[in-house]
Amino acid sequence: MTFLEVKDLRVHFPTDDGLVKSVDGLSFSLERGKTLGIVGESGSGKSVTSLSIMGLHKVGTARISGEIYLDGEELVSASPAEVRALRGKRMAMIFQDPLSAMHPYYTVGNQIIEAYRVHNHVSKQVARKHAIEMLDRVGIPQPEKRVDAYPHQFSGGMRQRAMIAMALSCDPDLLIADEPTTALDVTVQAQILDLIRDLQREFNSAVIIITHDLGVVAELADDIQVMYAGRAVEYSSAEDIFDRPQHPYTWGLLGSMPRIDQERLERLIPIKGTPPSLINVPSGCAFHPRCNYARMNEGASETERPELLDTGDGHMVACHLTPAKRQHAWETDIKPKL
Amino acid sequence: MTTANTEPTAVPGTTEPRLGEELLKVTGLTKHFPIRKGVLQRQSGAVQAVDGLNFTVTRGETLSLVGESGCGKTTTGRLLTRLLEPTSGQIIFEGRDISHLSEGRMRPLRRDVQMIFQDPYGSLNPRHTVGKIVGAPFKLQHVKTEHGVKKAVQGLLELVGLSPEHYNRYPHEFSGGQRQRIGIARTLALRPKLIVADEPVSALDVSIQAQVVNLLEDLQDEFDLTYVMIAHDLSVVRHVSDRVAVMYLGKIVELADRKSLYEQPMHPYTVALLSAVPVPDTKRKTKQERIRLQGDVPSPINPPAACRFHTRCWKAQEICRTTEPPLLQLAPGHQAACHFPENQPQDKPVAPAPSSDTKPS
Amino acid sequence: MIAYIIRRLFAAVGTLFVVSVITFGIFYLFPRLAGATPETLATRYVGRSATPETVKAVANALGFYDPVTVQYWHWAKGIVVGSDFNLGTGVEHCPAPCLGYSFISRTPVWPDLLDRFPVTFSLAIGAAVLWLVGGLAVGVLSALRRGTFFDRAAMTLALAGVSMPIFWTGLMALSFLSYRWGIFPGGGSYVPFTQNPARWAYALLLPWITLAFLFSAQYARLTRAGMLETMNEDYIRTARAKGLVERDVVVKHGLRAALTPILTIFGLDFGLLIGGAVLTENVFSLNGLGKYAVIGISDQDMPKIMGVTLLAAGFIVLSNLVVDLLYAAVDPRVRLQ
Repeated sequence: MTFLEVKDLRVHFPTDDGLVKSVDGLSFSLERGKTLGIVGESGSGKSVTSLSIMGLHKVGTARISGEIYLDGEELVSASPAEVRALRGKRMAMIFQDPLSAMHPYYTVGNQIIEAYRVHNHVSKQVARKHAIEMLDRVGIPQPEKRVDAYPHQFSGGMRQRAMIAMALSCDPDLLIADEPTTALDVTVQAQILDLIRDLQREFNSAVIIITHDLGVVAELADDIQVMYAGRAVEYSSAEDIFDRPQHPYTWGLLGSMPRIDQERLERLIPIKGTPPSLINVPSGCAFHPRCNYARMNEGASETERPELLDTGDGHMVACHLTPAKRQHAWETDIKPKL
Repeated sequence: MTTANTEPTAVPGTTEPRLGEELLKVTGLTKHFPIRKGVLQRQSGAVQAVDGLNFTVTRGETLSLVGESGCGKTTTGRLLTRLLEPTSGQIIFEGRDISHLSEGRMRPLRRDVQMIFQDPYGSLNPRHTVGKIVGAPFKLQHVKTEHGVKKAVQGLLELVGLSPEHYNRYPHEFSGGQRQRIGIARTLALRPKLIVADEPVSALDVSIQAQVVNLLEDLQDEFDLTYVMIAHDLSVVRHVSDRVAVMYLGKIVELADRKSLYEQPMHPYTVALLSAVPVPDTKRKTKQERIRLQGDVPSPINPPAACRFHTRCWKAQEICRTTEPPLLQLAPGHQAACHFPENQPQDKPVAPAPSSDTKPS
Repeated sequence: MIAYIIRRLFAAVGTLFVVSVITFGIFYLFPRLAGATPETLATRYVGRSATPETVKAVANALGFYDPVTVQYWHWAKGIVVGSDFNLGTGVEHCPAPCLGYSFISRTPVWPDLLDRFPVTFSLAIGAAVLWLVGGLAVGVLSALRRGTFFDRAAMTLALAGVSMPIFWTGLMALSFLSYRWGIFPGGGSYVPFTQNPARWAYALLLPWITLAFLFSAQYARLTRAGMLETMNEDYIRTARAKGLVERDVVVKHGLRAALTPILTIFGLDFGLLIGGAVLTENVFSLNGLGKYAVIGISDQDMPKIMGVTLLAAGFIVLSNLVVDLLYAAVDPRVRLQ
């Protein structure tokens, strides 16, 4: 049985301006011990997806449909109390900005103790010992002293380590990391990415890493899902995404990113236009107004929504271009300029 | 303070900018922020945000300042634009010492030295129209425009890839990338000679970031602009810079031409910094030799003695704890402040660098 | 932390000094602007029947001919070490803190203030408990049920509460609840706590409710706004992600943070109230500091007015100090500065 399976997830938010379709038909699965990278820009629906899995959307604000199975248990139709009992225990989450994600009035230790005691009926002393062990495990020096410090007394990297200690305190099977290193310096980012990788091996948990940084997913992810306007446009193994990307949006992301490991390109190749409004998502393929290849599809891009289809060996792409045209465009247009 | 001044200010358009000429020269630039403590609030120490920088900026080039938070790069940018006054040292812009100019005397120079900020939204007044925001510099500097301010503003909007019809709209009607364009249009209004850009693209999405980077490059070509770019994204820096200065705890530890810095980094900190950047390529994941720095950057209140990097450096020896390594030219166009530099050329030309640095040809 | 407290204490003393100068300045200047001379002021003590010589002698003995700075010095010294008064009937000692002699009763002001303070304090403390409990509860519930019928009803009532003047609600409450229906005792039935706590509470219940109604309305609105803000913070999402039950998320994480700004305002409100709740005390005929001030004003009894003013200002400075210290206790981020 698949450990985590998301089927046709839709998350819509009614607003005064109209219905915001943040996630609109998303399916993927993830096994224990594997890392899935979800890549996309702001508004692509990547964070909304993770909050839906955790059941963290406010009651009444989001309309969620579809199915989410965690180890066989369906979460979308489960009661809030049932999902709450799983949160922190079987699935945990770390966030982008560890300073605002920790309560400023409680010590780091207290916040970890609290997380542990929600799901484990142990005394405060036992929980405190566990908190110190967790801080030690994530590489915080002098944990028996630092356990009584407040979040603002930690550096950014130490705070994110403490967040990870808190998330892992109940030994969850699924860890969701939402832009875990975006607010950190690059040398600290490298430390945190190493830590996540090591801990995953140790705990054999499933990890979803959500980021806009293709470099971060290249480091960590086994599989990568590229999202655009609430849908997956490409889904494949990390190697395939970087070696043989198939979707014009993925090409656009690669062309937009300056590379640190190569002498400069003449010019970056940006994606034209701006990301779409999620209230009026473009018809057909949501990417078509910004796509240089949309006109090669005789109008299909404007009218028909492309399904995410397997192109063979598990590489999935949602695009109207024929495989031959895609191959040609990648080989001649894109690859030589990267 | 009277605004009438007898200072010889350059009239825009009368002097042709000459590329390769020194535009800005910084010597011994230092900024310490005092810390006060106790009942009497006596000064008990100082945050040594910037400590003795020497560098020059050549007309038409892009010099980037990189480093991690707390390295002093943002403070340096604020000193260069004189939003802050240096504790000591000199900033010489076009041969004129502007280190301690008063607000009023600085005003005419504000036309020549402009700043672009990271947060495109926070730096635009939400109650003003785009026309008013972009036209503000004309009003503040009492600049007469040939066909009126509105025409000039609309021209600027077109220049940065916005539509002239956006004149009467408000900032909140625009996306992040468009807001940054508005900010750039405002910056360009008075045709500055030097633009200090503090993280100009780091708040933007990848696809939009590329658009703005390209725009900045096009504008540089068109108007012979000089950029001092402050950034933490080493990939972007590699793309946009001619020269790069790497900062650590208020000091420049390495300053070199782009190619030389990225291909033969000499200072161990630069080496570690470059190797820490995740590369969007799975094949390099296993190949790449990684250097992982331990711990955090020390506090700039009590920075380590001598070489400030010695507490985290894998090559550190006794001399690093006792003697501060000067910023020396170790290869053509390549300066580093280290006792045991990496990638050193065979012949060791350890000639002390002149008080500033060398110019790229 | 200790340096922080000491600095705050110094600042409080400095503020008190400034307040005393301003108070003295106002009450020195205003009568003189209105045409008062040292003689007319001295007449207030010795009566109109006294001979001009006596008046002059008393005015001289009271230092009314001295320059303003000397007069301030005597007055301020009196507060710290006490002073002697010659009201024409022999020298009387006014022990510290001496806030002067009443024109009318010819007795020192300070013992009067001491007498009346418990009344005002009783009124303030009971009302404060009521409005904190009521205001916070309504505010939190409103925030959590934002947009529901409860929220709208509560906020409408709160708006009404903030808008209605206390002398109106007080009079309405008195005339219906106590005179017409007899549920509560009428005005003027105050009994000190030390004599009979039950009757003390019973007598004060209606003033408490009236006063608390006004303040709970304000506090409900503040709490609601604060809770709406904190419940959107990232750390609330973290608390939920840990699997905490919603009650703990709201109380331990949300309310704890939302309380801090309310604490500040509460300190100021309470400090203001114990300096005299003028309207409430008058409506319910409570002999507190507020009523004392009103009597002083209607009698043009300058020393009384000055005494109450200075005491009230002192309470505000004190409550500010307490709030600052409490803030440091509540928010660990303040302690390090």
